[in-house]
Amino acid sequence: MLSDKNRIFTNIYGLNDTSLKGAKSRGDWDGTENILKKGRDAIIDEVKSSGLRGRGGAGFGTGMKWSFMPKENDGRPHYLVINADEGEPGTCKDREILRNEPHKLVEGALIASFAMGAHTAYIYIRGEFYREAQAVQRAIDEAYADGLIGKNACKSGWDFDCYVHLGAGAYICGEESALIESLEGKKGQPRMKPPFPANCGLYGCPTTVNNVESIAVVPEIMRRGGVWFAGLGRENNTGTKLFCISGHVNNPCTVEEEMGIPLKELLEKHCGGVTGGWDNLLAVIPGGSSVPVMPKSTCDNVLMDFDSLREVGSGLGTAAVIVMDKSTDIVRAITRLSAFYKHESCGQCTPCREGTGWMSRMMNRIMAGDATVDEIDTLEEVTRQIEGHTICALGDAAAWPIQGLIRHFRTEVEAKILQGAGKNNSRTDAA
Amino acid sequence: MSADNNNTANEVFAFSAENAELAKAEIAKYPAGREASAVMPLLSLAQRQSGGWLSQGAMDAVAAMTGLPAIRVYEVATFYTMYNLKPVGKNHVQVCTNIACMLKGSDEIVKVCKKRLGLAFGETSSDGNFTLSEVECLGACVNAPMMQINDDFYEDLTGETAEAVLQKLANGETPKPGPQSGRKGCEPAGGLTTLSAVKGG
Repeated sequence: MLSDKNRIFTNIYGLNDTSLKGAKSRGDWDGTENILKKGRDAIIDEVKSSGLRGRGGAGFGTGMKWSFMPKENDGRPHYLVINADEGEPGTCKDREILRNEPHKLVEGALIASFAMGAHTAYIYIRGEFYREAQAVQRAIDEAYADGLIGKNACKSGWDFDCYVHLGAGAYICGEESALIESLEGKKGQPRMKPPFPANCGLYGCPTTVNNVESIAVVPEIMRRGGVWFAGLGRENNTGTKLFCISGHVNNPCTVEEEMGIPLKELLEKHCGGVTGGWDNLLAVIPGGSSVPVMPKSTCDNVLMDFDSLREVGSGLGTAAVIVMDKSTDIVRAITRLSAFYKHESCGQCTPCREGTGWMSRMMNRIMAGDATVDEIDTLEEVTRQIEGHTICALGDAAAWPIQGLIRHFRTEVEAKILQGAGKNNSRTDAA
Repeated sequence: MSADNNNTANEVFAFSAENAELAKAEIAKYPAGREASAVMPLLSLAQRQSGGWLSQGAMDAVAAMTGLPAIRVYEVATFYTMYNLKPVGKNHVQVCTNIACMLKGSDEIVKVCKKRLGLAFGETSSDGNFTLSEVECLGACVNAPMMQINDDFYEDLTGETAEAVLQKLANGETPKPGPQSGRKGCEPAGGLTTLSAVKGG
C-alpha cells in the first residue's frame, strides 16, 4: 500500500485549509521559480521520465503530448486548456482537486504552460460544479495577488494568465476537440483529426488539452523528480492515482493509491469491502461507464492500471470503480447507461446519433419484456456498426458497455427476456 | 424555436448595471476578436438574472453583446442542458439517476421527491417554488445518491434526509449543502484509511 509520504494529494478530503496559506504549508508553490528556471525542455523531459500517462481516460503519455507543441513560436499564441468537464458516470476525482487542492492545479497550469510556451491557460469546468469553480477562482485570485501568476509569474520573467470557463451541461465537452469548440462559443461537437490541437486547436492556435489530475501532479513530480514518480506503480503504469469507488461497497470513497494496486486490495483496504463480502460481488466497471464491465472471476486477481485492465478486455479509464454486488440488476444498470449515451450523443455522426437511440430502445425492450432472444445478436451487431465509425469515442463508449454485458452476462439478458416473454411480448415467435 | 420550447415570451432583456460589468469581465477573458467565447458565460449570467431561465430576448441581448448572429446563440442555448428555455421554479431540484446513484438507491430519492413535491419530472409547482428534473451523472458518485438544487449538491441521501432538505426549502430555509450523512466529503465513512497523520494548513 502507498505510504502517506508518497501521496501527492494530502488535502484531498478538504480536512485542512484549502487557501494559499494552507496550500503553501503543505508544500505547494515551493520553489516554483527554480522549476521554471530549468527551462522548457528540462521540464518536459522530467515529466517524460516520470512515465505519467494522462489521467482523463485515454492514458497517453503527458510529456509526449507536451512535446508535440511547436518549439518555436510562429506568431500564434499557444494555449493550455485544462479539462475539468468531469462527467463520466462514476467519476468524481477531479471535483476533489478543484475544491480541496486548487493550488496544485494552478501551479501545475503555470509549469505546464511555461513548458509549452503558453501564456494563457483556460480551465474548462463543468457548469454543475459551480461551487468547485468558485474554489478554483479563489485560488487563482490568491495566486495573482501573491505574484505567483500574472505578469512575471513567480519572478520568472514569464507572463501567465489563468481563467476559469464554465460549461453548461454537455458530457461530450469532455472530448478535447468538443471542449475546444465549446470554449470558442459553439455547440460542443468534436472536430475531425487531423489537424491535431497541438498544431491547430483553440482559435486555430497550438493547444494542449490535459486532464485536471494530470496537471495537478506535475508540481510534485518536478519537486521530487520523475524518477520518484516512476518508482511507484508498475513499468509503463507509473505513479499514484486517484481512485473513486462507488456503488456496492461499505464505504464508498475517493483515495490516492499506487497504480497497479490489486482491485480486491483497493476495495478491502479503503472501502470496507464489498457489501455482503467478496463472494457477494457480481461485477465491477473499473474505469467509468465507458469501459466494459468485468465479472467477479476477473475481479479476483486483476491489477488496477492501464495495461492490466486492457489485457482483461476492460480499461482503467478515469479509475472510477463502480462496484455491483449480487443484488444488482445488471441488465437494468447497462440499460441506464444506454439511456445516458443516447442523451449525450452530440448528433453529429449518424451511427452514433441514430445508433445510441437504437441501442437504448432495444435495451428498453429487453427490460420491458418485449424482446426476443434473437434480438441479443441484433443488438450486438448494432454495437459493431457504431464502434469505430464516428468522429469521436462517444460511439465506442456507448457500444462497449453493451458488448461487455453480452460477453459476460448473456445468461442474465436471456433470463430477463424469458421472464418477460409471457408478460409483454407482442411477438408470436417468442423464444 | 419558440414553438418547440414554449419560449413564446419575447421579453425585452437588459443586463443590470452590476451584471453588465460582470459580462464585460467575462468577455475580457478571451482575446480581442474572440468575444464569441463569452457566449456561454453570458447566457449563464442572463439566466441567473432572469430567475433561472432564458427568454428569447435574453438570448438576443447576448447575441448583440458578442457580435454573433442570433441563431448562433440559439444553437448554443439549445445544445447545453443547463440552459432552461422556459421558466423554472425558485428551487430547481435535479435528481441524478445514473448508475452510481441508481446502485445506491436513487429510486427512493425520486419517489420521495415526486411525492413530496407532487410533481413529475419536468414539472413546476403552481406556486413557482419547485421544478423537478431528472439529470445525468453530476460527478459526486462516491457520495451517491445525490441531487443538485440550484448551485448546491446534497449528497449521501436517504429518503428521510431528502425529504428533510425539501421540507426546509418549502419553509423558506436554506438546508446545509453537502453530504447529509455526517461525512465531510469523499472520505470513507468508516474512518480515514490514509492521510490520518498528515498535518498541514
